[in-house]
Amino acid sequence: MPPKALILFAPGTNRDLDAARALEQAGAVPEVVPLNRLRRGERRWQDYQMLVLPGGFSYADALGAGKLLALELQHDFAGPMAEFVASGKPVIGICNGFQALVKSGLLPDPARASAEAQATLTFNACGHFECRWVTLLPVSQTCIWTRGLNEPIDCPVAHGEGNLQARDPHWVDALVASGQAALLYAAPDGRPAQGVYPYNPNGSAADIAGLCNPAGNVLGLMPHPEDHIFAEQHPLWTRGLARGSGLALFRNGVAYAGQF
Amino acid sequence: MPSITETLTEVTRFVVSPRTLDDPRSAGFLHDAHALGLTAVERICCADLYFIQGRLTPTEVRVLADRLLHDPITHNVTQNLSAAGKMSAADCVSGDAYVIEVALRPGVTDPVAEQIVRAAHMLGSKGVQAAGTGLRFEVYGAGLSEADCHLLAARLLSNPVIQRYTLGEIEPSFPLPTQASDAVEILPIRSLDDAGLMTLSQERRAALDLNEMCAIQAYYRTEGRDPTDVELEMIAQTWSEHCVHKTFKARIRVERPGQLEAEIIPNLFRATIRAATETIDAPWVLSAFVDNAGLIEYDGVNAISFKVETHNHPSAIEPFGGANTGVGGVIRDVLGVSAKPVAATDVLCFGPQDTPFETLPGGVLHPRRILSGVVAGVQDYGNKIGLPTVSGGLWFDPGYTANPLVFCGCLGIAPKDAHPHQPRPGDRIIVLGGRTGRDGLRGATFSSMTMDAQTGEVSGASVQIGAPVVEKGLIDVVLLARDAQIYHAITDCGAGGLSSAVGEMTSTLGGRVQLESVTLKYPGLAPWEIWLSEAQERMVLAVPPASLPALQTLCERYTVELTDIGQFEASGRIIVRYGEKTVLDLSNDFLHNGLPQRNLTALILPPRCPAGQTTPLPTREHDYAAALLALLAHPNIASKERIIRIYDHEVQGGTLIKPLAGLAADAPADAVVLRPPGSAGKQALALSAGMNPEYGKLDARQMALNVIDEAVRNAVAAGADPERIALLDNFCWGDPLRRETLGELVAAARGCHDGAVYFGAPFISGKDSFNNEYLGSDDQRHAIPPTLLISGLGLLEDARAAVSMDLKVAGNAIYLVGAFAPTFGGSHYALTCLPADQPPAEGVPALLPITRAVYRALHAAMRGGLAAACHDLSEGGLAVAAAEMCIGGRLGLDLALEDAEPLRALFGETTGCLLVEVPPQHTADFEAALSRLPCRRLGVVTAVPRLTARSAGQILLDLPVDTLRNAFQRPL
Repeated sequence: MPPKALILFAPGTNRDLDAARALEQAGAVPEVVPLNRLRRGERRWQDYQMLVLPGGFSYADALGAGKLLALELQHDFAGPMAEFVASGKPVIGICNGFQALVKSGLLPDPARASAEAQATLTFNACGHFECRWVTLLPVSQTCIWTRGLNEPIDCPVAHGEGNLQARDPHWVDALVASGQAALLYAAPDGRPAQGVYPYNPNGSAADIAGLCNPAGNVLGLMPHPEDHIFAEQHPLWTRGLARGSGLALFRNGVAYAGQF
Repeated sequence: MPSITETLTEVTRFVVSPRTLDDPRSAGFLHDAHALGLTAVERICCADLYFIQGRLTPTEVRVLADRLLHDPITHNVTQNLSAAGKMSAADCVSGDAYVIEVALRPGVTDPVAEQIVRAAHMLGSKGVQAAGTGLRFEVYGAGLSEADCHLLAARLLSNPVIQRYTLGEIEPSFPLPTQASDAVEILPIRSLDDAGLMTLSQERRAALDLNEMCAIQAYYRTEGRDPTDVELEMIAQTWSEHCVHKTFKARIRVERPGQLEAEIIPNLFRATIRAATETIDAPWVLSAFVDNAGLIEYDGVNAISFKVETHNHPSAIEPFGGANTGVGGVIRDVLGVSAKPVAATDVLCFGPQDTPFETLPGGVLHPRRILSGVVAGVQDYGNKIGLPTVSGGLWFDPGYTANPLVFCGCLGIAPKDAHPHQPRPGDRIIVLGGRTGRDGLRGATFSSMTMDAQTGEVSGASVQIGAPVVEKGLIDVVLLARDAQIYHAITDCGAGGLSSAVGEMTSTLGGRVQLESVTLKYPGLAPWEIWLSEAQERMVLAVPPASLPALQTLCERYTVELTDIGQFEASGRIIVRYGEKTVLDLSNDFLHNGLPQRNLTALILPPRCPAGQTTPLPTREHDYAAALLALLAHPNIASKERIIRIYDHEVQGGTLIKPLAGLAADAPADAVVLRPPGSAGKQALALSAGMNPEYGKLDARQMALNVIDEAVRNAVAAGADPERIALLDNFCWGDPLRRETLGELVAAARGCHDGAVYFGAPFISGKDSFNNEYLGSDDQRHAIPPTLLISGLGLLEDARAAVSMDLKVAGNAIYLVGAFAPTFGGSHYALTCLPADQPPAEGVPALLPITRAVYRALHAAMRGGLAAACHDLSEGGLAVAAAEMCIGGRLGLDLALEDAEPLRALFGETTGCLLVEVPPQHTADFEAALSRLPCRRLGVVTAVPRLTARSAGQILLDLPVDTLRNAFQRPL
């Protein structure tokens, strides 16, 4: 049985269908579910093997990207979200979904979330929203989404608040060391971008594009691998240089979800 | 009504400021302040202000500050009761620092404030009644005066149309509770003389002429009563230029100098735009000029809809809101044909960015303000609603300084025949979406008038801020409702608000509305205000009563408001009641057919030089390299990357040829190629545009022909089939009552007809905008150049056959394809060259008869995989096209020109021509494919990244690609 993927939908979510298409290609059965349906019990969390928080502008990003969705998740869905994460099922938050995971404390470490927030995604260092293609290095064996991936992933970013910053800068190094830094922005030479714009498009600490929880089943990332699942989406396909499909990431997650 | 003091409860004020000293937003304001000449400003610190009304405990204040209003890792927050510790203007001066605070005027939509109230309740602060937002600026500078601060606040930090500012702390304003109102005024029209009628038209800002006012008077004389204000307002909106296109439907008497007998055009639209579509009679056009958007066949399963609108006057007075709601409006047009919006386009025209302040007409915002506001408005709506903003253009001309142009387009996809458009008697009239407020009154008539220095003040209410996420909810619900066949008809609420949307839907049957059912943002609106309000993000649906519960369920799922305001009846009348009171009762026949046709006179002057006419150039030395670099840096040609990248052009995953092309994604694509999600076949769509007001200034007819050619050519360059291109026309013109202006319109409309028929490219939709003029406080009229935007919608039989413009491989051949006949009339070379190099007066380029055959043959060759790259020649001519291809591929070109006049060959402008890169193994096939057509091998792609052009043994140009790129990327 292919795993069922629950794609959370809040007012302003807009990359839900992009994610659904990628998951379908990767072998899952995705369903976009408005939060109101979960709230009313028309859909049940336990019926799904994967959870996706897709991109968009939930609640128009009023008061900070992902902030109000995070508040809603904490207020109305703290139990089921925590249960889903604790069950070990794969969870992915992309762009706005990543912002909501971080701002609700599910990333980087829910165990430390009760104290002060450790990390945030703030305004891009360049000062504005930006849409461009980036290259991602999957560097974590902890993260079930990136485990075993050796090839870089090419995909677009499209955000204004993707700059990962931590309260304690040293703590970022610890994230890298522990394997929680799952995806890094890369320079054209295939090495981490070292903060150089535009390869690191937003100024994120330690070039971190994606973070996972200590258990490795929850991944959050700013870029959009769901928008690179066939060659003609790649900006260089007319030059015969399409490479690094984002599908690899979703295949990993779907394969892992198969056990639940 | 309760008094103000009774209603004022406590207001807590929160200031949220970034911890970092190099805050990009503050730096942006500082940069802009310097650009506006306020160089005494040394530093600006920008912070957000939040005002929360309602009694809060200290714990609640803490929770709201920490969990809602600020991010503790990056920001600091301070809070105090607003009444306490207020500073006067004098107090805020601390040494060389000033404080300027800005807040919205009461009644202006504040979506963030609404979210604060909702979230505060979620966090347990049930006492929160209302919220407001604002900005606080600390401005530092040694020589700064209070007068400087007022200048800074007025020119950069606030817009009086929607905002107010103070030096020092600002007091928030919340809408005061008022009573519901059923006030209706009776306007005694029957007794008025001509002067009285015109006074009434002006007082109500109805933009109706005497003839039209007389028709209204006659109607009420037969009805035996006088109109209500609701009725007159509705008639004015329904009969506005914006809604019925009076000029294009006018009977026009055309005069020409030296011609004794004037020609009569009974209906310009029928004679030109519509006639072209009927003559071409393309079987793949599914709907043209019927609905809010044109529809074409796509992949056998789906239809594609396309619409382009303008939102010029609103963008002139409030750039962000004007452009924002322009995008929102055109998206609703596409949703109004039951289609899923899949892409947005924007073409923008502004005054030169370096216009000195002193030269601005009174009441006009600086072009830099307008540009940044408009771009931010497009970005905000498109990105948030999840549409890729893919195709665009940017044009600068002094004529747009006071009257910018904002063209917003939207592309949609829907299964064929999925769009129901027949309301039935008994269907409920359902409003979906945002609530109705006093925002945006009289937008249709406002856009139909010439602006003056007072326009901003008087028509401030015509502008509103959009709420893209609310409209996203509409899309979600409407598409599901469409698939479940829940509604019988749908229309968007645009200009004229409910009066226009409901009026249009009831125009065949009739209907009855209970106005007090409309959900309001705040009470106190008079009936005419409710009926006319242009509050954004609303759609009107005809829903059979049995389907209402299903629609209600969808709305609850997606958090969309639904209101039942009346029902359709086969009465032939529209009747609007407020409670028991009938406030409007009009016959459909009068409302929709009673508008008298306008009689206008046009004077067509021949162009000074006929199209295509050239004059031998004087023989002299030229600095070709300097000329090319100047062209590449001209704002109309230079890179638009800075703007393109702040639009999300990747969302929905269908953008195959992106607006930025090449190895480093920094070269301009000819057309964008899209394969929207839901596509059922291999096909893809090419979106292109043609526009050239420089040609319009010289020869309106030829401009129309040439911009149609440009739209077709751009689509062909990206791989579209030249026989499957649909066109949209958007005319932005001056006052059509001026005979010469109307003459240019008639000439251009005929050019549109002839161009469309020539290419077999039918018009499927269009829009016109007149009175794009500004009466400055200097009493001078500032009119725009005649501007025609042609948007092309092309079809690629196979998405994989798309071709990009960047050079691919060294050693490939480069061909110049098409009838190359460059002229300098209206050329960008003439705009950029030194005065001494100014070319002689010449005609604008002619469109040569062989062009359609060239495009066909080229397309066949491209389909056969013979072309590695293709790029069209447009502004700046051959040299600019070649340079852009080099930038795209980071490769060089070595070109040999045989032309007698190298200057003309390099920089003259021509129609119908493209540069095509062909691999050596395909050159024979390529030449065969274009045999007997104008096609010549011009040179070769080189690995050395230099653009070299030679002629008769002389090297004209030899520039490194990096030098070209630096010029091209000169910041805007």
